[in-house]
Amino acid sequence: MSNSAIISVNKLSKKFGDFTAVDEISFEVSKGEIFGFLGANGAGKTTAMRMLCGLSLPTSGEARVAGFDVYRQNEELKKNIGYMSQKFSLYDDLTIKENMRFYGGIYGCSDSFIKTKTGSILNQLHLEKDAGKLVGSLPLGWKQKLAFSVAIFHEPKIVFLDEPTGGVDPVTRREFWKMIYEAADSGITIFVTTHYMDEAEYCNRVSIMVDGRIDALDSPAALRREYNTASMDEVFLKLARKARRDDG
Amino acid sequence: MRTLKFLLQKEFRQIFRDPSILRLIFMMPVIQLLILPWAADYEIKNVRLTVVDQDRSEYSRQLVNKITASGYFQLTGYSGSYKQSLNEINADEADLVLQIPPSFEKDLVKENEVKLFMALNAINGVKANLGGAYLRTIISDYNSSVRAEWLQLPRFNPEPTIEIASSNWFNPLMNYKYFMVPGILVILLTMIGANLAAINIVREKEIGTIEQINVTPVKKYHFILGKLIPFWIIGMVVLTIGLLISGLAYGIHPVGSYLTIYAFAALYLLAVLGLGLLISSFATTQQQAMLISFFVMMIFILMGGLYTSIDSMPEWAQWITRFNPVAYFIEVMRMVVLKGSGFADIRNHLLIMAAFAVSLNGLAVWSYRKRV
Repeated sequence: MSNSAIISVNKLSKKFGDFTAVDEISFEVSKGEIFGFLGANGAGKTTAMRMLCGLSLPTSGEARVAGFDVYRQNEELKKNIGYMSQKFSLYDDLTIKENMRFYGGIYGCSDSFIKTKTGSILNQLHLEKDAGKLVGSLPLGWKQKLAFSVAIFHEPKIVFLDEPTGGVDPVTRREFWKMIYEAADSGITIFVTTHYMDEAEYCNRVSIMVDGRIDALDSPAALRREYNTASMDEVFLKLARKARRDDG
Repeated sequence: MRTLKFLLQKEFRQIFRDPSILRLIFMMPVIQLLILPWAADYEIKNVRLTVVDQDRSEYSRQLVNKITASGYFQLTGYSGSYKQSLNEINADEADLVLQIPPSFEKDLVKENEVKLFMALNAINGVKANLGGAYLRTIISDYNSSVRAEWLQLPRFNPEPTIEIASSNWFNPLMNYKYFMVPGILVILLTMIGANLAAINIVREKEIGTIEQINVTPVKKYHFILGKLIPFWIIGMVVLTIGLLISGLAYGIHPVGSYLTIYAFAALYLLAVLGLGLLISSFATTQQQAMLISFFVMMIFILMGGLYTSIDSMPEWAQWITRFNPVAYFIEVMRMVVLKGSGFADIRNHLLIMAAFAVSLNGLAVWSYRKRV
C-alpha cells in the first residue's frame, strides 16, 4: 500500500445471508483524487460505500479510510469524512441557515467557524437572500448543491457522494461538477458513484463494479484504450452485459 | 454537551414549526379531560324495565311507583303477560322483566310471604347486574316499609333486622369523576410519551435524515437524549394543562402535594419515552410504529386499573399488571389526589418506576444501531 493512499481496501466483502452483495473488492484511492465508482443498479456500489463510511459492518476483508480502520475506529473515521446519500438528507422543515448550523454543530465546528463558513457557502451558491427559506421550498437542483455543500461543511478529508446528480437537469449537473472540482482543488478526496458516463469522464480514475466485484479500474482514457471503444458508455455496456445478477 | 445543544435546538425548531403537533399537545388534554369524564360513567341509569303485573292491586302499583320514582329505571312496558314482556327483551327494548304474580297482594297480607320473579337481559352484563341489584334493594326497601305499616306496635318484631350505615372514605360523595379524571390524565401522558417520540424517530428513518446523522460522530446517547428531552418537557406541559383543567372544571385539587405528582410524573415520562424509543428501533415505517404502540397501549390501558379494578382481576392478570407502568401511575395519582399520600407512601412506586425508566431507556440505547 502506498503512503499517499487515503482509502485502501483489501478483499472487502459483505454478505446478507446467502447473498454476497460485495465480493472481495480491493482498491486504493490517493489523496486529492476524484474517484468514480461505477456499476449497474444492484452491483453493490452503495453497500461498498456504506461500509467505507462506517454505516455498515463488513463481513470480511480490510479497509482503512483516512487512516482509520472501518471495524474498530468507525466513530473516529466519521469525523474525517462527509457523506451525501441517495436520499435527500437535509431537513425540509429547517431553513438553509439552520441546516448548516445543525450539521456544522454536530460535527463539532465552533460558532465562529459556522458563521464564516455559512457566509461563504451562501455567497458561492448565490443564496444569500434565501438563507431564511425552508429547504423544502427549494427546487431539486438547488437542494442537491446545498446538500453537497453541507456534506463538506466541516472540511472533511474525503467526501462520499452516492449518485449526487440523480434526477438533476444537465445545466445543474455541470454546475455540480464544477463544485466537485473546487472541492478537489481544496484538497478533499472525492469518492463518487454515478450512472452518467459523461460524468465518469470527469473522474481521474474509475472502477466498474459487476455483480459485487470490481471488473475494471483505471483512468477513463486507459479504459477506452483497453476495451478499444470511443466512449466510456461502451466500456460500461461491455462490462455490465456480463452481469448475471438481477436488478436490485 | 455542545452536540446536545445543537440537537435540542433543531428538535424544538421542528416541533414548533409543525402545527399538527402543537394542536395535538394542547387540544388532546382539553378535549379528553372535558368530554371523557362525563361519558365514562360507572353509574347505570336508564335501565329499561318492563313489568308483568298479573295482580293489578293497590300494593303492586305501589311497588311499581316506588321503582320508577328511584330514577334508575325507565318503565318501557306494563303488561299482563310474561310472554309479551319477554318479546320486548328479544327485541332489545327492555333490559329487565319483573313479574308480579296474580296473588301478590293476597299472599302478602295473608301468608306474609310472596315470591317475585326477575329476568335479566345479560347481553350487556354490567347493566343487567347493576339493574338487578338496584331492583333488589328497592324491593327490600319496599318490604320493610310494608312491614312498618302493619306493625303499629313496635314492641313485637318478628325478625331482627341489621341496618348498615356506610361512609365512603377519601371520596365521601362517591364522585366517580374524582376517580376517573386523574386516571384519564395518566392515559394522556402515556400516549404522548410512547407515541410522539417513536413517530418522530421513525419519520427521520423514512426521510433518510437518520442515516445522515449516523454518518456523523454524534454519540448514541446524545441522539437519544436529543429526542427524549423535548418530549419530556412537552409531557410536563401537558400534565400542567391537565391539572389546571381538573382543578378548574371539576374542582379536583389534590389532597396531597403537587410536588409529589410532578416528581412521579417526571420519572414516569422517562419510562414511557424509553418505551417509545424502544418501539422506534423496531419499526421502519410510521405505520408500524403506530400499530405497535397502539397494541401496547390497549393492553396498558385495559390492564391499568382505570376502567376495571385490578383487585378484581384473576391472579395471573394481576401478576401481569405489575409490569404495566400505567397501573402504577394511576394508583399513585389516586393515592395523592384522593388520599393525600406523600413521598413516603409512594416510595415503592417511585423505585419501581425508576427501574422501568432505567431499563427501558437502557434497552433503547442498546438497540439503536448506528451501524448495521
